Amino acid sequence: MSKQSRNTEATLFKNSSGNGHSHAKPVRRETAETMALKQKDIAVSEFFAKNRHLLGFDNPRKALLTSVKEAVDNSLDACEEGGILPNVTVVIEDLQPDRPANAKQSRYRVTVVDNGPGIVRKQVENVFGRLLFGSKFHRLKMSRGQQGIGISAAGMYGLITTGKPMVIHTRPSAKKPAHHIELAMNTKTNRAEVTVDDETQDFPPQRLKTVCTGTRNPGFLNTEDYITGTSVSIELEGRYQKGRGSVDEFLELTAIANPHARITFVPPSRVSSDDQEDLPLGDAQKDATHADALTQEAAHLGPSADSVSAPAGIDPSLTTIEKDGVIFFPRGTDNLPPETREIQPHPKGIELGILIQMMRDFEDSNKRGGTLYNFLQEQFSRVSPAKASDFCKAIAVHSRTKVSDLTPPQIEKLFKEFQEARLPSPPTDCLAPIGIRQLQAGLLKGVKAEFYTAETREPAVYRGRPFQIEAAIAFGGELPADDTARVIRFANRVPLLFQQSACSSFKACIETSWRNYNLSQPRGSLPVGPLVIMIHLASVWVPFTSESKEAVADYDEIRKEMKLALMECGRKLGTYLRKRDQMKRQEARRDVFQRYIGEISKAVSEINGSDQKKLYEVLLAQARKRTAAADLELDEEGKAKKGDPVDDLKNDDSVLIVESRATQAIVPPSLEEAGDSGPKPDLEKLSTTRKAKKKKPAKEDPLFD
Amino acid sequence: MAKKPEVRSDAVHKRIKQRDKTTQHKIVGLADEVTKKAFAHREPVIPIPVRAKSNTIWNRKRGILQMGDNRADRQLFNLNQAKQYMQTLLHASSIKELIDREKTLTLRGMFYAAKHTVAGTNENTFETQDESDPILEDLEVSLGVLREELHVFAKKAGTVAGNLTVVDRGVPGRADEIDLRRMGSGGWAVPSIVEPDTLEFKKCEAKFVLHVEKNTVWQRFNEDRFWEEHNCILTEGSGQPPRGVRRLLKRLNEELKLPVYCLLDCDPWGHYIFSVIKQGSMSLAFESERLAIPEAKYIGIRAKDYEECDLPDSVKIDLNDNDRKRANEIANYPWFKDHKQWQKEIGKMVSNGFKMEVESLIGKDISYVTEEYVPQRLKKKDWLE
Repeated sequence: MSKQSRNTEATLFKNSSGNGHSHAKPVRRETAETMALKQKDIAVSEFFAKNRHLLGFDNPRKALLTSVKEAVDNSLDACEEGGILPNVTVVIEDLQPDRPANAKQSRYRVTVVDNGPGIVRKQVENVFGRLLFGSKFHRLKMSRGQQGIGISAAGMYGLITTGKPMVIHTRPSAKKPAHHIELAMNTKTNRAEVTVDDETQDFPPQRLKTVCTGTRNPGFLNTEDYITGTSVSIELEGRYQKGRGSVDEFLELTAIANPHARITFVPPSRVSSDDQEDLPLGDAQKDATHADALTQEAAHLGPSADSVSAPAGIDPSLTTIEKDGVIFFPRGTDNLPPETREIQPHPKGIELGILIQMMRDFEDSNKRGGTLYNFLQEQFSRVSPAKASDFCKAIAVHSRTKVSDLTPPQIEKLFKEFQEARLPSPPTDCLAPIGIRQLQAGLLKGVKAEFYTAETREPAVYRGRPFQIEAAIAFGGELPADDTARVIRFANRVPLLFQQSACSSFKACIETSWRNYNLSQPRGSLPVGPLVIMIHLASVWVPFTSESKEAVADYDEIRKEMKLALMECGRKLGTYLRKRDQMKRQEARRDVFQRYIGEISKAVSEINGSDQKKLYEVLLAQARKRTAAADLELDEEGKAKKGDPVDDLKNDDSVLIVESRATQAIVPPSLEEAGDSGPKPDLEKLSTTRKAKKKKPAKEDPLFD
Repeated sequence: MAKKPEVRSDAVHKRIKQRDKTTQHKIVGLADEVTKKAFAHREPVIPIPVRAKSNTIWNRKRGILQMGDNRADRQLFNLNQAKQYMQTLLHASSIKELIDREKTLTLRGMFYAAKHTVAGTNENTFETQDESDPILEDLEVSLGVLREELHVFAKKAGTVAGNLTVVDRGVPGRADEIDLRRMGSGGWAVPSIVEPDTLEFKKCEAKFVLHVEKNTVWQRFNEDRFWEEHNCILTEGSGQPPRGVRRLLKRLNEELKLPVYCLLDCDPWGHYIFSVIKQGSMSLAFESERLAIPEAKYIGIRAKDYEECDLPDSVKIDLNDNDRKRANEIANYPWFKDHKQWQKEIGKMVSNGFKMEVESLIGKDISYVTEEYVPQRLKKKDWLE
C-alpha cells in the first residue's frame, strides 16, 4: 500500500508542476478510512503532558512555583472549608546541592504540610492523580482553585521530569493513624497508580525536621499544630530564585492576603546562580539580624503598639521573621474568613451550550422528567415562580412542559429571553472578602510603611456572576521614594505574580489619577513614590485571561469597581499627605523661631547677664504655644476649622498610621516637653534610615554643649 | 611753635565717659525689657520708631524734616520680623562690647562682627551688609543715641580743604592739629565723626563754604586755587554726602556762621542732594537737628544755564521716564512744594527735556566754572534758597 502511495505521490508531483498534463488521475495520499484508522482518543492528561505551559509549567522556575502554589492553595481552601485556622509549612529541599555553578536547574523536593481536615483514603487517588477531577469546577463558589487541575498536574510534571511518584501523608482523623500513599499518574488513562499504600504515625513527616538548623527547633512542625492534615511531597526539576515571580514572593503575598494563616517556609540552602534581585516588598533578612530567637519576643519586632494608630483587633507588632534558614509569617488574626456558600448560576451568566447541557443533566437526574417550570426555579438563582411562568409564556410553552420536549428553536428563544429579562442581581453572600482590618493587618505585616488604608466595595455583578473588589495601599515609611509604585494583585486570595500588564487590576491602577492625591504620575503609567497598591478580586468565578490563572480579564463592571476602590484609598492618602505637608510647614515655622531664640538668648544674656538657658527655655515655650495654637485653629485656607482631619483619619477604621516611621511628625509636639520627641531609639537601630534626622534643640543643641 | 594741643581735657574725658555710660545703660535697658517680658510670658517686643514717610513731619518754622513719635513693635513671633529682631539684639550686644572695650567699628565691621551661622542651621545671621546697616539705624533711633555714641562710624567719604585749622582728637590718645590750607592736591579726608569733642575748630578765616557734588569738580576748584582766591572752605560729598560731611557743613554753618553754597548737577539727583542738605532726609529724620542746613543755597547748575551760558549741544543729556517721575516727587517735597522759584526751576528742567552735569561748563572752558560761573553767581547773588 505504501509503495503505491509513494508512486502516486511522485505522479502527483509531476502533474502539479503545471504542465497541464491531464492524463494522470489525481490520486489521494490517504483515504478517509486510512486516516480514520490513525485517529484515536487522546487522553486529557496526555494533552497536558505535551502542553505544560497551559498549566503554568513553562520553565523550571515557574514549574517550581506552580507546584508550591497549587499545593498551598489546596491547603488553605481545605482548612477554611474545615473551619480550621491554617498552619501551612512549605519545605523545598535541594537534592543536588553539589551541582556546578552554571547549572540552569536542579532537582528539588517540594513538600507542603497543612493542618486541614485531611483526605479520606478513597479520594486520595482522585485528588492527586487525576486531572480535571475536583469538587470546584461544577459549582459557583468563591474559592482559590477554580478548575481542579492544579496539584495533579504538579505531580505529573514531577513524574515526567524525575520519574519519582508523589508522596502523600494524610490524617483525616486524629485518633487513627495517617495514610502514607505514593502514587504516580498514568497519563493515558488519566488515573493514578498507587505504588505504596501504608498506615503510619509519621505525620507531620519527621524527616522534614532534619533539613536545617531552623527546622530542628521544636517549634517547627510540631505535632500539636498538625493534629489532622495532609502533606504532599513532589520531586521535580526546578529552579529556585528569589525576586519577582519567586516562591518567596508568592508566600509573602499569600501571607498578606490571608492573615488568618500561619505560614512557615524553609527555602533551599542554595539560590540559583544569576539574578539575585531584592525582594520586592521588604527584606526579612534585615529583621533576622535583630531577632534573637524564634520566640514570642522576636515576633514583636514591629512598631510598638502605642506609636501606631490602628483599629481595634490588629496587633501592629507582628512582622515576618527569618532565622536559621526558616522564614516565618505569623498569623495576623484569629478570625477565619466567613464561610462562603455555593450559588446557582444566574440566567444572565450562562451560555447557550451550557444551558443545553444543564437541561440534559436535569433530564437525567429527574426520572419522571423535569418540567421547564421546575428547571428554571431549581437550577438558577433569582428565578421566582412568577418569573418562571413569564419565561414559559415568553417562549409559548406550557409551564408543565418537560424539558426534554423542548425543541432547539425554543431553547434558543429561551436563551434570548434570559438576556433580555429584568431579573434581580445574583445573591452576593456567596463572597467572603478579606475585609479592611485583615487587609491592613496583612499589609502591616509585610510592608514597612507609615500609612495604610483599605477599602472594601459592595459586591457587584458581571455577566451574572457576583464579584467584590477590595483595595489597600501602603505609603511612605521605608518604601523607596523614587521607584514607581508596586502593584500586588490577588484573585480569590491567591496572588497573581505574572502578566502584570495584561491584568485588569494593573490597568485600573494606571487609569486612576493619582495626581489628585498629591502623587506624581507620568502619563499612562503608575505613580512614582513610596507606594504599594494592593487589589483583590473576589468572585464565584474569576475571569482569567488564560488557564494559567495569571491575569484578570477585562470587564467594564470589574474595572469600574476597581477604580472606585482605588480612588477611595487615594482620597484618604491625599488627606494624610496634605496634613503631613501642613505639619512640615508648621515645623518650618517653629524652626525659624527656635533657631533665632538661641541667638537671642545668648545676645541678651551677654548684655544684661541674665540666665541664658532659662531665657531660652521660656522663649521656646512661648514659641511652641504660639505655633501650636495656630496649628489647631486654622486650616490651609486660613479658615477656622473644627477638628483636625488627621484626628478624623485616626478615628477612621480603614486607616492605620505608624507615626514612628513617618519622616515628618504628624502631630505637634506636646507642650510640656522641653524638646521634640524623636523616633524611638530601638526602632532607629532597626530601620534603614532613608529619612534625614532632624536636629532637636533640647537634646543636641550645640549652645549647651 | 604753637603750644601742642592738649590731648583731651578732663572735662571732655569725663563727658565722653558719661555719654558711654548712658549709652550702655540704654542698651542694658533694652535687654532688660526683653527679659522682663519673656519671663512674664508676654511677647518680648522691641518698640522702634518708624522711619518712613508716614512718620516724618515737616517743621515749617525751622525748615527741617523731623521724625514723629510713631513707634512700631518689632516682634519675635512674626515670621517677617523674627530675623530682624534677632539681628537687632545681636548688634546691641556687639555695641555694648565696643563701648566696654572703648573701641569703634565701621558699619562693615559691625556687619562682620555679628555675622555668623545660626547655631544648628545652615543660615547666616546676616547675608549682606544691606541687612546690617538699617538695623544699626534702628538702634540709633530706638535708643535715642547717635551713631558715634554707639561707637560705630561709617566709611569716610568727602574731602575738604580751605582756610581752616582744626584739632583732630578722633584717635584715642592723640590730638592732631591739622591746617586745611596745607592739604596739597589731595585735600583732607573728612572723618566719619565730626563732633566737637573729636574735631575742634581752632582757627577760621574763611568767609563761606562751597560744597560741590563730586571729587572731580573739587579737584578743579582746588587746582585753580579757588579757596585761596575767594577765601573759603571747599568741600565735596561724593554724591549724596555722608553724615560726616553733612555734620561738618552744619557745624561750619552753625558754629562759625559761614554761609553754605552748593554746586550740584542740574538733574533730579542733584536736586535731591540739595534737599537733603537743606531740610534733612526721611530715613535720617531723627538727625535733622544736627545735620540739616535750612539756610543752604543752591548756586547751580541751573536749568537756564544752557541758554545763559551758551553751552554747546553736546552737554545735553536726555531726561528719561525715571527722571521725570523723580522730578515730580521732588517738586512735592515740603520745602520745594510752596517755593515758587523751585517749582519754576524744576519745571524749566522738565520742559528743557534734558539734564546737565557741572562738567558741562567745561564745554565752555576748562576753568570757566572756577573763574567765571561761580564768582559771578556769588556776586550777583543769583542763587536759589
